[in-house]
Amino acid sequence: MGIVVSFVSGVIFAVGLVLSGMTNPHVVTGFLNIFGDWNAALVFVMAGAVITNLITFNIIKRRSKPWFNHKFFLPTLKHVDKKLVLGSAIFGIGWGVLGVCPGPGIVNLVTGDATLILFVIAMIVGMLIFKFIFEGKKA
Amino acid sequence: MENFIWPLIGGILIGLSSTTMLAGIGRITGISGIFSGLLRAPKKENLWQLTFILGLLAGGVLMILMRPELFNYAGGLNKTQAIIAGLLVGFGTRLGSGCTSGHGVCGLPRLSERSLVATLVFIGFGVLTVFIRKMVWGL
Repeated sequence: MGIVVSFVSGVIFAVGLVLSGMTNPHVVTGFLNIFGDWNAALVFVMAGAVITNLITFNIIKRRSKPWFNHKFFLPTLKHVDKKLVLGSAIFGIGWGVLGVCPGPGIVNLVTGDATLILFVIAMIVGMLIFKFIFEGKKA
Repeated sequence: MENFIWPLIGGILIGLSSTTMLAGIGRITGISGIFSGLLRAPKKENLWQLTFILGLLAGGVLMILMRPELFNYAGGLNKTQAIIAGLLVGFGTRLGSGCTSGHGVCGLPRLSERSLVATLVFIGFGVLTVFIRKMVWGL
């Protein structure tokens, strides 16, 4: 049942990304272009998602475990460290270069567009480089 | 109206998707983390990662069949930018433990200090990058 939940969640997530305009790199670049012709769409997407989750996550927290799993898997790191800040800065630069982050990048594979596929291949390479440096060769 | 209503609806759908993931299987919907999970040796308990990504693709296929006009940006993007962006996004999201979905959509509603810092840093560097990009590539 868990895998059905995650599949359906993936479908809903993708539909949300496309309807909101977030799969379109020009809309995202337009949001980051605050010194130019600013596009506020991303603010409303974030607001819709974050406010929804503020409400629902608080309700979910009262349960001892999820519906179809034995426990909740929440991030354990609590403190801001150099890796978090440096990694987020590098991600931010990459995000700004094309206007695509991982979710929209994956959904955009369905366009079959060579440039958008190239982005995902490069993203995989970037992740493998991280794995190689920080987790050794045991890929 | 049109300018913010679809971003808001899309955002709420993204919120409901990540709500379903947490309530259903106790997982945070961090797409960079889920996707990089597929680069490891497959295990039965990690099958939810594969089905979530397949759901994203299925949702994308559904949308491109129903609303092909929402994908009209494909074809007009720069390949060099795509490669640089992909490498930075892949490496940065792993080093920073998350992207727009994990830190933004899920971390902010959990009132995580790490996610708030990460979100501010990647948006800040995204803005800076678009500013520089306008000078280098003319967007």
